Amino acid sequence: MTESSPYLFLSVLLGVAVIFPLIPIALARGWSLAFTPLKPGIEKNATYECGIATTGSFRVQFKSQYYVYGIIFLIFDVEALFLIPIAVAFLDLPIGAVVATFVFMLLLFECLAWAWFKGALTWDG
Amino acid sequence: MNCSMDQELQNELSNRGVHVTSLEWIYNWGRSNSIWPMQFGLACCAIEMIATTMARYDLARFGAEVYRPSPRQADLMIVAGTVTKKMAPLVVRLYNQMAEPKYVIAMGACAISGGPFRDGYNVLKGIDLYIPVDVYIPGCPPRPEALLDGIMKLQKKIREQKLLGPDRPRHADREASCDYPVPDYGPNDLIPTCNAYT
Repeated sequence: MTESSPYLFLSVLLGVAVIFPLIPIALARGWSLAFTPLKPGIEKNATYECGIATTGSFRVQFKSQYYVYGIIFLIFDVEALFLIPIAVAFLDLPIGAVVATFVFMLLLFECLAWAWFKGALTWDG
Repeated sequence: MNCSMDQELQNELSNRGVHVTSLEWIYNWGRSNSIWPMQFGLACCAIEMIATTMARYDLARFGAEVYRPSPRQADLMIVAGTVTKKMAPLVVRLYNQMAEPKYVIAMGACAISGGPFRDGYNVLKGIDLYIPVDVYIPGCPPRPEALLDGIMKLQKKIREQKLLGPDRPRHADREASCDYPVPDYGPNDLIPTCNAYT
């Protein structure tokens, strides 16, 4: 028996992978050519299939203030996540770690107060 | 296909263990046993339709249990319930978005004619004003058995459809239009009040 290249199998599999889906597609297309013609239409080719006609523009604009809310939420969300392991181990923490935690939380509230006074939480349409 | 083998010869061959069939027969057999209805209900008939799919009545025995939430994948539209004039354009649009061959069952008195709400200002007097209906199932609402009977009638109809020839159905006819205009909301009624189709 001759030694065949290990890539021979891969090429055979590649060929099968290409031909295997092509056969049913070709059969279906051949069937539609022979017996049941394609009948596209405006309604049929419409993008949405909920039954309601599309209204308005596709370009939807919304206020950029939303991003300030979003970013503040994200920051506090992640920082609240940091506090969870601290809360779990709180009773066993040395006094230095507790002080560090309160400094961290103080910074958080400071940031919140700063954002508040800067007007980032005010929605002015 | 126009298979001109006579029935007697086919029976004799079948008795001797040779089964002969035509492409048309096996195509229709496959189609009629895998009707995929569209998953939508309009009113109380939909409850009976849902009951039909459940274990007690088991629509799966007829291969029609695969309800599709998209019109592109559905073969059968079961108009189950009262079609209000507000809902009619949506139904017609969904019907247009279904791929051929497609069939419609008007289930219940409301879908057929407006039913008890026929004199109402906002109820369509039958979905067949806008789209062609294949099977009408009377009842208010029809029992699940009636829907099963309607599905079997539709299967019979599908099995008898021709692929070629002058009496072939719409989906096999290259010239036949399958465009059913979607009505608009008018000040008093839908515009137009019905579709002209044959």
